[in-house]
Amino acid sequence: MAAPGGDMQWCFSQVKGAIDDDVAEADIISTVEFNHTGELLATGDKGGRVVIFQQEIENKSLPQFRSEYNVYSTFQSHEPEFDYLKSLEIEEKINKIRWLPQKNAAQFLLSTNDKTIKLWKISERDKRPDGYNLKEDDGRYKDPNSITSLRVPVLIPMDLMVEASPRRVFANAHTYHINSVSVNSDHETYLSADDLRVNLWHLEITDRSFNIVDIKPANMEELTEVITAAEFHPHQCNTFVYSSSKGIIRLCDMRESALCDRHTKLFEEPEDPSNRSFFSEIISSISDVKFSHSGRYMMTRDYLSVKIWDLNMENRPVETYQVHEYLRSKLCSLYENDCIFDKFECCWNGNDSVVMTGSYNNFFRMFDRSQRRDVMLEASRENSKPMQVLKPRKVCAGGKRKKDEISVDSLDFNKKILHTAWHPQDNIIAVATTNNLYIFQDKVN
Amino acid sequence: MSEENDETKASDEQQEMEETVISPEKSEEAKLKARYPNLGAKPGGSDFLRKRLQKGGQKYFDSGDYNMAKAKMKNKQLPSAPAEKTEITGGHIPTPQDLPHRKTSMVTSKLAG
Repeated sequence: MAAPGGDMQWCFSQVKGAIDDDVAEADIISTVEFNHTGELLATGDKGGRVVIFQQEIENKSLPQFRSEYNVYSTFQSHEPEFDYLKSLEIEEKINKIRWLPQKNAAQFLLSTNDKTIKLWKISERDKRPDGYNLKEDDGRYKDPNSITSLRVPVLIPMDLMVEASPRRVFANAHTYHINSVSVNSDHETYLSADDLRVNLWHLEITDRSFNIVDIKPANMEELTEVITAAEFHPHQCNTFVYSSSKGIIRLCDMRESALCDRHTKLFEEPEDPSNRSFFSEIISSISDVKFSHSGRYMMTRDYLSVKIWDLNMENRPVETYQVHEYLRSKLCSLYENDCIFDKFECCWNGNDSVVMTGSYNNFFRMFDRSQRRDVMLEASRENSKPMQVLKPRKVCAGGKRKKDEISVDSLDFNKKILHTAWHPQDNIIAVATTNNLYIFQDKVN
Repeated sequence: MSEENDETKASDEQQEMEETVISPEKSEEAKLKARYPNLGAKPGGSDFLRKRLQKGGQKYFDSGDYNMAKAKMKNKQLPSAPAEKTEITGGHIPTPQDLPHRKTSMVTSKLAG
């Protein structure tokens, strides 16, 4: 991927966030998402805040235009709450942000914490009314007796103000922790999923939600599987998938029945029973599922690999990519420090030819499906000179370490890249380290 | 390959060596079992999942104690901002001032700075 001649060469573009190593919990980035045009990039953090960046395109006709993302709007989406009935704290951490397709001048997004989904409207205001008859310029009311003539108020330009307001609050529908929201291709409904249930909402209706999947067993002692992610098909408004902690993906068709407990398709890769170990089920747990833009494929991320599934073939994935196979011999310590439960996300590029996912030590991986090539890159402040080309990184599993390679024992497991996003059309990517957001772009964009 | 066995330590080591040759995952499992002999055979069991469902864990709150403490506080002068946020232990009844609240004024994200 580093070779010239049509291959991608990733360069540093921007980094957002504090430089100091002392990371406040609230600043931990918990979700990153481009909108449908790629003009806007939203991040959510553990402190319940959303920051939206807007792309400001410098001369696009130039062969090497640099697009800069600058702060467009920032607001407090969720606050910490306490459920007195169950004596449980409800974190304000934003688990997911999903943009709605743009219908008018305003932008809309769904943001969710563990229990409540909110629809936010982000609108621009660049004019204000001036010349009221009954009010002074500073807002004080005039004495009506002092008015001798009438005028028509006019709208005058003002500095651009971006306002975010909560338009809908979808609450009290989830007993367990929400892990996913997904907007339907009908642009009217969306789903939200927690550990045991998937609910269907209408964007206009907040006091009602339909339960479409319920895997809660009658006896909780029999619980063996939880829902880890869910997503609507990009084109078929009746189809959605949900993944589980056992590495199974179920595809459901809402036309079949009101309650989609019985799947239409079940995707599972058979496991060699002789290879089974204590860790097998844990590392097979799917942390993310994403449909391709084409709608023909879906990608799943489990602890060590990324798998591409053809929706027409249920018994095994069509492609499997090892993200960090060198960790297989470290599973014991990764279990002890809980890293084995880290939930990595994955994403597709605009034309579904490349997939990307994060790893440890602030490394992230890209797999080029068409060229059968992959690369590992690093998001770090050391490689953040403007337009600096990122050098491929390599981890040495054991034995002799070559120059420029890093030993698996030197990896920093506290530096995890869990969230990445790819611009829907261009080769621009957003990579979130713990508290910084890196933006990289392809040199030959 | 057997998972649990009561063989002697010597043959355990031998098996571990065999497992290292066959699968790094299996040798990692042996390592883990050596460190935590009480570990259940089934990691994905319901106990494990139920713990996961609870996530933060429960914080016990007694509304009776809380309201009585609040009533007591009304008679005293309310303290100015507490010096530090102390850990809420069994001996201390939480009051609104003590609860680890986020600052009421919005702290802007450093990403926007």
